[in-house]
Amino acid sequence: MVIKKDQLVKQIKNFTINFGPQHPAAHGVLRLVLELNGEIVERADPHIGLLHRGTEKLIEYKTYLQALPYFDRLDYVSMMAQEQTYSLAVEKLANISVPLRAQYIRVLFCEITRILNHLLAVGCHAMDVGAMTPFMWAFEEREKLMEFYERVSGARMHAAYIRPGGVSQDLPLGLLDDIFQFIEQFPLRLEEIEELLTANRIWKERLVDIGIVTAQEAISWGFSGVMLRGSGLPWDLRKTQPYDVYDLVSFDIPVGTNGDCFDRYLLRVEEMRQSLKIIQQCLNNLPAGPVKSFDKKITPPSRIELKQSMEALIHHFKFFTEGIVIEPSETYTATEAPKGEFGVYLLSDGTDRPFRCKIKAPGFGHLQALNKMTTGHMIADVVTIIGTQDIVFGEVDR
Amino acid sequence: MLFNKYLKNVQNILPIISGQKIKGEWIIIILSRHVPFIFKFLQKHINTRFTLLSSIAGVDFLGKDYRFSIVYDLLSTLYVQRLRVKVFVNELTSLPSITPIFINANWWEREVWDLYGIFFEKHPDLRRILSDYGFEGYPMRKDFPLYGYIELRYDENHKRIVSEPVEFSQEFRFFDFETPW
Repeated sequence: MVIKKDQLVKQIKNFTINFGPQHPAAHGVLRLVLELNGEIVERADPHIGLLHRGTEKLIEYKTYLQALPYFDRLDYVSMMAQEQTYSLAVEKLANISVPLRAQYIRVLFCEITRILNHLLAVGCHAMDVGAMTPFMWAFEEREKLMEFYERVSGARMHAAYIRPGGVSQDLPLGLLDDIFQFIEQFPLRLEEIEELLTANRIWKERLVDIGIVTAQEAISWGFSGVMLRGSGLPWDLRKTQPYDVYDLVSFDIPVGTNGDCFDRYLLRVEEMRQSLKIIQQCLNNLPAGPVKSFDKKITPPSRIELKQSMEALIHHFKFFTEGIVIEPSETYTATEAPKGEFGVYLLSDGTDRPFRCKIKAPGFGHLQALNKMTTGHMIADVVTIIGTQDIVFGEVDR
Repeated sequence: MLFNKYLKNVQNILPIISGQKIKGEWIIIILSRHVPFIFKFLQKHINTRFTLLSSIAGVDFLGKDYRFSIVYDLLSTLYVQRLRVKVFVNELTSLPSITPIFINANWWEREVWDLYGIFFEKHPDLRRILSDYGFEGYPMRKDFPLYGYIELRYDENHKRIVSEPVEFSQEFRFFDFETPW
């Protein structure tokens, strides 16, 4: 009997493994089905939706004000940036103008939020790759920032501070002094983190030339934020379509050159420095004045008014039961959240509830490029790429 | 801006049903059979260059002839301009997928399929995305109840998760405080 040669060759199949949903490097509940050829990733199929809470559906059953706290819980590391997007959308629909002081406070806290997010992004990315210390140091600083959140709104994370028509209350006494003290010492902390990472051989070996995205690819995959700028496109919504007082403060947009994970890391660090610059300008230029719109159909009356005026009491009652009634209209409002373009497509139908609220989460767009970015890389680089995309499942799954 | 003038002329070139500006944002409404052509045009034409697809949203207008609207948000980084394109379909009609034109339409269309049950023709991978494995129904439709149909719990006897029809100890309450006058 003669055995043909092609029968001797064994059939080799690719190895398929399941990554997550309980893997610490999966940044939450990501389930990845990886097809491996040895250690090389042939295909990555992300399975998402394990944290789906139906936020968009719930919002349809809530009034405009009740819907606001859901935005804190989407991307739970950049809370106020999303509140701001939603507030801007509602303001656009209802033609509300916001006092200048409130706008400055918003920008101030959005930049605090950006630092909050990037510290987590860089820290957790470093920990995924194997460096423990920057994570610890970053969380030390995050704790201080969350204290500012707490002092201004009463909540460390889910603040519900930025509301349609302004912010919920004025800044407490002494807060600005403490924020100033923070921005005085923070550049040093940032340098310490950079000292550990930027020139670190292990860190560079893991990040340089990993997950390269060209500018053309970044656009065709619909990237935004750091993912787009890392590829060399100077696109920042704070510059191109300024909202609130971003046109009154000066800052620079850092842009990457190679579009790899290392560039995106450098960008995040630089963006934190730019945020400090914006915060400093906000502290210096913060005007006196009201912090919310005077329109009593839009914002609740103050506690003192409530005790003295019958009309304020009626407004208060009407505001918290019926809420804001908005004429049939629609808007797609997008802002530069720390992770990228966070958009809210809001459709009103003349009632006190949104008819439809579509949330465009940047992470959702980035995660679908994971297959493209990881194909051809080693399995350990999958973790690096998930880290660099700065995925948070609260917003991806909604 | 040059572009704004141009978009008015776009109506003469493209088979657009209507184009309007709401709150300073351009919106065009098109027919579902023109979807691939118009998107290709908007992406490639020198005067539009909407190269970046931000998102795709489904909207359910229960009770209308064309019940669903699919809303595409396009962004032109060159002209710093956004454009919203709307397509109207009903439960029985489908519309062509734009995945060959914008790669990232893939997941957004999957999401609309999952939540609204709108079928996209020639989509490479039309699976459910956000809802659970084996989920039935289209949760974002207006006639789908907020609390759903099934609930899950861990069964101590079977040592596994079991799903049962949803049961309430108190009826779901929906307060409508809107003034009747």
